[in-house]
Amino acid sequence: MKKQWRLSSSVLVLLGALALVGAACGGDDAPASGSGEGGALRVAIVAPSASDDLAFSQSMVDSVNALERAVELSVTDGTFIVEDAAAAIRGYAEDGNDVVIAHGTQFGGSLVEIAPDFPDVTFVWGTASDTQGLDNVFAYAPAAGEGGYVNGSIAASLTESGVIGVVGPIEAGDAVAYINGFEAGALAGGASEVNITYTGSFGDVALAAEAAEAHLANKVDVLTGTAQMVVGAVGVAADAGVPWFGTQANQTSLAPDLVVASQVYHWEVVLEEMLALRDSGVIGGQAFEINLANGGLVIEFNDAFELPAGVRDAADAMIEGITNGTVNTGS
Amino acid sequence: MGDFFTLSVLVATAASAIRLATPYLLASLGETIGQRSGVLNLGVDGVMLLSAFFSYWTVLGTGNLWLAVLVGLVVGLAMGVLYGVITVRLSATQGISGIGIFIFGLGLSDLLFRQLVGTPKPVRRLPNVDVPILSDIPHLGEALFQRNLLTYLAFLLVPATALLLSRTTFGLNIRSVGENPQAADSLGVSVERTRFVAILIGNAMAGLAGAALVLQLGIFQPNLTQGLGFIAVALVYFGAWRPVGVMGGALLYGLVNATVLQWKALGIIPVSGSDLANMAPAVLTILALIVLARRVHAPAALTKPFTRH
Amino acid sequence: MLKAVLGALVPLLAAVVAFAFGAIMLLALGASPLEGLNAMLDGAFGSGSRLAATAVKATPLILVGAGITIAFRTSVINIGGESQIIAGALLSTVVALTLPDLPAFILVPLVLLAGAAGGAVLGAIPGALKAYASVNEILSTIMLNLVMVQFMNFLLRGPLIDPFELEAGTRIPQTQRLSDNAALPTLIDGTRLHIGVPVAIIAAVAAYLILWRTPTGFRLRAVGHSPEAARAAGISVKRNVTLAMALSGSLAGIAGSILVFGSEGQRMVTDGSAAGFTGSAGFNGIVAALFGGLHPLWTIPSAMLFGALLTGATQLQRVLQVPAALAVALNGIVVIFVISSTPVRGWLQRSLADSGLFSRSSNRVEAD
Repeated sequence: MKKQWRLSSSVLVLLGALALVGAACGGDDAPASGSGEGGALRVAIVAPSASDDLAFSQSMVDSVNALERAVELSVTDGTFIVEDAAAAIRGYAEDGNDVVIAHGTQFGGSLVEIAPDFPDVTFVWGTASDTQGLDNVFAYAPAAGEGGYVNGSIAASLTESGVIGVVGPIEAGDAVAYINGFEAGALAGGASEVNITYTGSFGDVALAAEAAEAHLANKVDVLTGTAQMVVGAVGVAADAGVPWFGTQANQTSLAPDLVVASQVYHWEVVLEEMLALRDSGVIGGQAFEINLANGGLVIEFNDAFELPAGVRDAADAMIEGITNGTVNTGS
Repeated sequence: MGDFFTLSVLVATAASAIRLATPYLLASLGETIGQRSGVLNLGVDGVMLLSAFFSYWTVLGTGNLWLAVLVGLVVGLAMGVLYGVITVRLSATQGISGIGIFIFGLGLSDLLFRQLVGTPKPVRRLPNVDVPILSDIPHLGEALFQRNLLTYLAFLLVPATALLLSRTTFGLNIRSVGENPQAADSLGVSVERTRFVAILIGNAMAGLAGAALVLQLGIFQPNLTQGLGFIAVALVYFGAWRPVGVMGGALLYGLVNATVLQWKALGIIPVSGSDLANMAPAVLTILALIVLARRVHAPAALTKPFTRH
Repeated sequence: MLKAVLGALVPLLAAVVAFAFGAIMLLALGASPLEGLNAMLDGAFGSGSRLAATAVKATPLILVGAGITIAFRTSVINIGGESQIIAGALLSTVVALTLPDLPAFILVPLVLLAGAAGGAVLGAIPGALKAYASVNEILSTIMLNLVMVQFMNFLLRGPLIDPFELEAGTRIPQTQRLSDNAALPTLIDGTRLHIGVPVAIIAAVAAYLILWRTPTGFRLRAVGHSPEAARAAGISVKRNVTLAMALSGSLAGIAGSILVFGSEGQRMVTDGSAAGFTGSAGFNGIVAALFGGLHPLWTIPSAMLFGALLTGATQLQRVLQVPAALAVALNGIVVIFVISSTPVRGWLQRSLADSGLFSRSSNRVEAD
């Protein structure tokens, strides 16, 4: 026991010593106010999964990189623990970033505490449909059901068995909107059944793969899915030669022959609007939505997948219809 | 419910159960050997993650599946050397060392993936291989004998491990250093060497388990295992340190998972009951053990480092 | 003297070597190791509020660790910290939702007690299964972790979900903002330091007192030392095994309650995984306990060390823009090196003794 005491204490002594060294040689990191080098806007993203996950988190990183103005971007990703995300959000605000993007609905509770402490910083939070009454917070949300509806209706025109399979994580967040939209679109398009499996995990790739296999055993001949663990299900679809529909980011690279189309989030459309408002002195207080009409949602077709004659035209007509309000997605 | 009891769905469920069970089985058999020698390894999950990453990276670079399996095995061996040095040579506490290995593997595999690969890219998956004659048995053949080679290997390793432990001198040595290292030592059995080799075998099998997992999926992601290695450790207790029992546990766990997924696909389990249904594999594993209610005798020297006096 | 120096030097060296590995990894990522170290230290100890954040991060580890100590001292391996944290959090959340209007001086202790009760139940179950049905506790606690994640998802997506989440259609598995009367009071304005920190320290001290200063603790340790001997002395092994797990679970349950009512969001929220809510405190607490030599009091500095590593890692990622996984790998290396150094030191001391330098010393250090 005694040596364990010494073990702990000596490690602590070491840490203490290092802390002193750090304090001594560490320059002051007082927040650099305003803009970064060369006048570039300083933007930080805090995202729950990997920034190159071909899904939710990547959609935001890609979007900020697609902004027209020069941006100095910092990213903290993989913060699926809300308290860690809160620490990172606060840290970026302290560091003097102009805009801090809290890319996860679940970070909203923390934002209520953090945002009022940094009245000059613009916090961008989503997916969320309101700003919780905070006047330095912009909110954003995708009308994921729209693209889901389009994907679903194309899927209905591809299925021969009439049965379409969906692999989801847990019934939460924009997964629900996409899947419900997909189901509505597929049924409206003439599919007889849409079977939905929520595996219970955002991370379990093996379960997602087996969920897809289970669909295949039950007459399913078209698949879709959402969240980062679907990469496993895409592999199953690819091996079975079954068409796949993607969402959140363009998933064509996962199955170049079989991804029909992906609903891609282009947040830059609303980010530009937010930044323009910020330039004019309005640093928050408004909620935005990306949808097919404003170009924030884009159905990106995979040209390598040959759609039957007329299907592409029908899809384009449907997108047009949703855009001008003549088609009701029911979401 | 009627839809479930059609032959094609039952065959698919069985096939799914076997695929799911394969990594558990490989890892659990390895852990069984280690524990029979008196060494608990809680780091299986970390070993699996590292070997899975390197296997994946190998296929991505070379396209060679068998090289990838070999790489998985070698990574497992390397982690075995590390674990052997820590727990046998240095006699460090096994529980915490294993957790250290787990955390290390979790972080390093994630880091390497982010640096060397980044965006998930699909690779070739292990092909199914038909066993001559047996695969022609109607239905049963399709479910059991049209699987991949690592699955066959995993199930062949069940009798092999059982024979190794019960019928060979080395197996006797393993059991004796796990039960009474002092006595084994006095009989001239090297406790250190026996345990070290048992650890190497166990970790190599964990490495194979990682390779099997990733090559069945054809894709890697950070924390691919999602705690699979810990379940594999639990299954050793389920199987009461016997390879056949361990296989029963792995199959039960895989089968319940596969059945739940089939029932979800068929709508037998509604979306609203999804979360509760996901409890089934773990709950049934515990219940099965209560029903089996046997007094099992753990290796007496499990987790106890050996020092000569 | 030399022996004492050696005793301190070897783990120090081990930690230095571990950090050297971290430095190499940082170099490989094209980042400066000095800046990395600076960022980690700055993130963990750089200011009052960061020190407070470190203490807050360490709080669940102290509680889980102290609980682990009780179980392990009774020779029960409790790997179910995650499930016990979740159970405590869920029960205390239900209490706060049911009785939101109670005054804070009643509601705060009440939610902590509810946390303890929830955790105790999830501890007692595997304890009783081991005692009365011969179900190995490693198996049952690992399995119960899996069960409780799904139960948490079920409740947070269903009965306990924030009604607004249903209305808005965002459906994040989280409760509404819970009663402010249940919020853990902040001790120092402008920091996150809340009453949960002293609660955890008191709990660790209590665990120490129970184990070494009460008849109950004596019985627990007797069972841990030798079940046969304890039985012969008339001590009920079954009851004490169950009790040890219940106590262990209750401390983890308090941690769950603190995670909810000490959070910035003042609500229970998950991403659908256990770690998404617990931050893996159920596992990290085991490491903290073992690091502290399975002594409740030494669990406190040990948990602070890991709390510092965790908060430092957040800063490391933010400042140097290196993947968070680096810090995770580094944590693993620190654990491996420091735990390996204990026997090395014993071995060095023995060989020094054999070489005659310590010929007078008869009390050799035993590697345990």
